[in-house]
Amino acid sequence: MIDKKHIGYEFLPVTVPVEEGRLKFLAKALGETGDIYTNPDAAKAAGLPGLLAPPTFPFMLEIDALDLVAFMSLLGESLEKLLHGEENFKYFAPIYAGDKITVCKKITDIIDKKEGTLQFVISENTFTNQAGEIVAETRTNYVFHHK
Amino acid sequence: MKIPSFDSLKVGEEIPALITPPVTRHTLALYCGASGDHNPIHVDIDFAKSSGLDDVIAHGMLSTGYLARMITNWVPQSTLRSWKNRFTAMTHIGDIVTCTGKITEKFEEGGEKLVRLELQTNTPQAQTIIAEAVVALE
Repeated sequence: MIDKKHIGYEFLPVTVPVEEGRLKFLAKALGETGDIYTNPDAAKAAGLPGLLAPPTFPFMLEIDALDLVAFMSLLGESLEKLLHGEENFKYFAPIYAGDKITVCKKITDIIDKKEGTLQFVISENTFTNQAGEIVAETRTNYVFHHK
Repeated sequence: MKIPSFDSLKVGEEIPALITPPVTRHTLALYCGASGDHNPIHVDIDFAKSSGLDDVIAHGMLSTGYLARMITNWVPQSTLRSWKNRFTAMTHIGDIVTCTGKITEKFEEGGEKLVRLELQTNTPQAQTIIAEAVVALE
């Protein structure tokens, strides 16, 4: 069982550079061929400062900022029990290659389900760019199965 | 891209679907590296078995990424205001992922004309994501 003492825990902010090669690799992995996601020259020609990060990218910054194994270790849990329950996004501004995004992550709730055989760990995450502008907020529900 | 106008859209209307090729181990290996989600349950069959599964399972966020492609094939990404995804079943090796969406509401808020969509991904066996997105259109 995950201790509820972790509710309210805030991880130290981590700043992650958004690399062009990473965005190209991600586009390949997702089968995305749109040129603003894959071709830096086309992105510039479209008036963008660099490749556009796709809508799911904040989740990747969240993982970059906090390795899953380190997260499990804080909770006293193991990856074998973990499933992804929900991922919710709010968007305020785009993220581009070349940006530096600061990720702030906080555990906001731990919920017991089915007499504790299932636990939800909720984290809320804020993403701020190098200009100090909040670009996105996400809410992640990590599901743990205790057998 | 021809951006649909707010006035031209109707509640109940479906947006163009996206159907992927079958998910392969190679798909998951690429996504593991590119996404940074290195959970071995997606790429290491021995680990998956130790977790009580028969085989590796796809990352939920891979299907979310496919849903995002469906949305941004339809409207520019800059129109996307919010998006909620709930993972309802696992995606397995060999599954084709079918992304679909329909308009459930048109409304105005904060000076913007907004369209709410209900989205889902399905494999041949199950619905794997139920999602809701809000886009702003003119």
